[in-house]
Amino acid sequence: MTPVQGVDLAFWYILGISVVLLFGITAVMVYFVVRFRRSRHPVASDIRDNYKLEILWTIIPTLIALSMFYVGWHSYLGLRAVPDDAMNVAVEAQMFSWLFIYENDKESENELVVPVGRAVKLNVSSVDVLHSLFIAAFRIKVDAIKGIPTYAWFYADKVGEYDIQCTEYCGVNHSAMVAKLRIVPQEEFEAWLAEDGN
Amino acid sequence: MTAIPSFFTQSSPPGLTGIKAWLLTHDHKRLGLMYLYAVLFWFVVAMVIGLLIRTELMSQGRTIMGPGMYNSLFTLHGVIMIFLFVIPAIPAIFGNFFLPIQLGTDDVFFPRLNLFSWYLFMFGGIFALVALFTGDGFPDTGWTFYVPFSVQSSSNVGLTVSAAFILGMSSMLTGLNFVTTFHRMRDKRMGLMQIPLFTWSLYATAWVQILATPVISITFVLVVMERLLSIGLFDPARGGDPILYQHLFWMYSHPAVYIMILPGMGVVSEIIPVFSRKSIFGYKAIVWSSMGIAIAGSLVWAHHMYTSGMSDVSVFVFSLLTFLVAIPSAVKVFSWVATMYKGSIEMTPPLLLSLIFIYLFSVGGLTGLVLGAVGTDIHVHDTHFVVAHFHFVMFGGTGFAFLAALHYWWPKMFGIMYPFRPAYIGAVLTAVGFLFHYVPMLILGLQGMPRRYYDYLPQYETGNFLAGFGGYLLCIGLVVMFVNLLASLRHRVAAPADPWGATTLEWRVPSPPPVHNFVDKPEIMDFPYDFRQVGDNSASQRS
Repeated sequence: MTPVQGVDLAFWYILGISVVLLFGITAVMVYFVVRFRRSRHPVASDIRDNYKLEILWTIIPTLIALSMFYVGWHSYLGLRAVPDDAMNVAVEAQMFSWLFIYENDKESENELVVPVGRAVKLNVSSVDVLHSLFIAAFRIKVDAIKGIPTYAWFYADKVGEYDIQCTEYCGVNHSAMVAKLRIVPQEEFEAWLAEDGN
Repeated sequence: MTAIPSFFTQSSPPGLTGIKAWLLTHDHKRLGLMYLYAVLFWFVVAMVIGLLIRTELMSQGRTIMGPGMYNSLFTLHGVIMIFLFVIPAIPAIFGNFFLPIQLGTDDVFFPRLNLFSWYLFMFGGIFALVALFTGDGFPDTGWTFYVPFSVQSSSNVGLTVSAAFILGMSSMLTGLNFVTTFHRMRDKRMGLMQIPLFTWSLYATAWVQILATPVISITFVLVVMERLLSIGLFDPARGGDPILYQHLFWMYSHPAVYIMILPGMGVVSEIIPVFSRKSIFGYKAIVWSSMGIAIAGSLVWAHHMYTSGMSDVSVFVFSLLTFLVAIPSAVKVFSWVATMYKGSIEMTPPLLLSLIFIYLFSVGGLTGLVLGAVGTDIHVHDTHFVVAHFHFVMFGGTGFAFLAALHYWWPKMFGIMYPFRPAYIGAVLTAVGFLFHYVPMLILGLQGMPRRYYDYLPQYETGNFLAGFGGYLLCIGLVVMFVNLLASLRHRVAAPADPWGATTLEWRVPSPPPVHNFVDKPEIMDFPYDFRQVGDNSASQRS
């Protein structure tokens, strides 16, 4: 299971249970309001509590919540466990663009190009204020901080173009701080890497 | 009973007349109303700003304003809504007005301090206004004021955080007043398990206000010092830590979320039993869950920071604690719904608004689970999903509870009834507009649209357009409700002392109450939600 699938599974698990709970609560609430309306049910019963029921509806949600915690944590581990053969790219965030620096010192602004079939580790930092690197397609996000290195990784499994956005508010052109991730075949990547940087 | 003058005609301290009777008052009820007017003013301002923001986002590129203006406006919207509306709304207005009455006493423990808190509140608001029109304009940092941006920004950050500092003082003093009133002024015959749930929720809130607010005050002082003296507390190049700021900020601002929601939960815990004519289900569980939320809610702040670069151990601990704080909220929701089982339910505007509260708050709580879980939060953190989530809780929750409280206690505060039909229409319009407004944002967030974005990628345009449309509907609904209430002040229909058939003490005194609240020593019930004695006369009393 790739990290993306792990995170998506967690989404389905949590959202699925949530929808069922929401539907249940709402349906019961509406049913009570209609069934026990004053014109039909003029005298209310005097029920004040029911310990068994209350214990039950404390314990069961606790178990559900703990299972959600586990699923969420487990999917996070996938986002943190970088494979040993991952390719390293340094990412420098600045107001308001992304700089990608490869191991051969090639620099690329606002365009991250990687070969298909490789794991890519992004070593993120900032030269000024906080930024945050977000690649929605790979469910990764990590803050870029001046002086404190952070990282994220993804497995470039399909050729294509993906969006990179800044998700930590960084000033007037925050929303323009977007870049492209291009996943290309190995040969094309090598040719691109050998090109002179700008 | 008609011979007793109401607090509108008699001043406290006695002898004051005209505007002085208001500006120098010690009367918790007058102060409650004075908060009401100020808070509503700010609410309308921030609502208009919110609508401008969403209008800008309805189409790609520039729609009605530039990015600088946009960034200031969302900051302003956040600062006003949080510090001048959501935090003070229920405690300062309804808490001030009803906490002493529900406890069977004639005022809060420190009436002069109460007046002082109101002045601090006004002062803080004026500071924020001054920050708007002086220096280099209102901050564009977001209400979170994250460093290092807030330290570097040339805008008026210093003045604005000072405003928030002063508002924090006001909030703390109100909390102090509530805790002392709760313990020292309560009718001697009223035991802890005989206290109405609204007052209990305010008590839990007050502790959080007292204990958490100093943290944000210190943090804001540090930001100001950093701007003036460049000490380097948050600068790693000089041994500081930028993440430290985030910890300090959320150490207050997450508990503040419970300052915002707990009183709303208290309101709903009052309204549901009254209109079900049936005891609240699980009174003790609700009391304990309020206290549980106040304590556990103070230990989960770093769930705002999973992507911040803090250690994975912290991420683990804070995620686990976050899931545990979900339980007391769930218990409350179940208790409210169970209260209606075998009740005798009468539909009224406050009840309808409370039911909408339960639905929207549930959505807010459940989407919170997605954010509490680590792997999923990484994807939706700082996206529109978060924006929608906290609006479901703060607006769908606290906002609707505020509206419910307004419709529930309006007859008591002003001694008049209002027509129901426009209130229903307004409530339904607001709820429908709300869903049109925020559900698209949930989806936008899952698709990856970040928050605080002036402009966006083309794939997000449809969702943003729909959200803007919902926003207008939402505001129309609110206007209908407010106009309806205001119109009732002109065409006065006198309200009886107990128009709803309620049991708590505020309904045992005339509407509006006299200056010392109780004409005779009140009778304290063994259990505050015992509806067996409530006859069937309330509906007929009203019409």
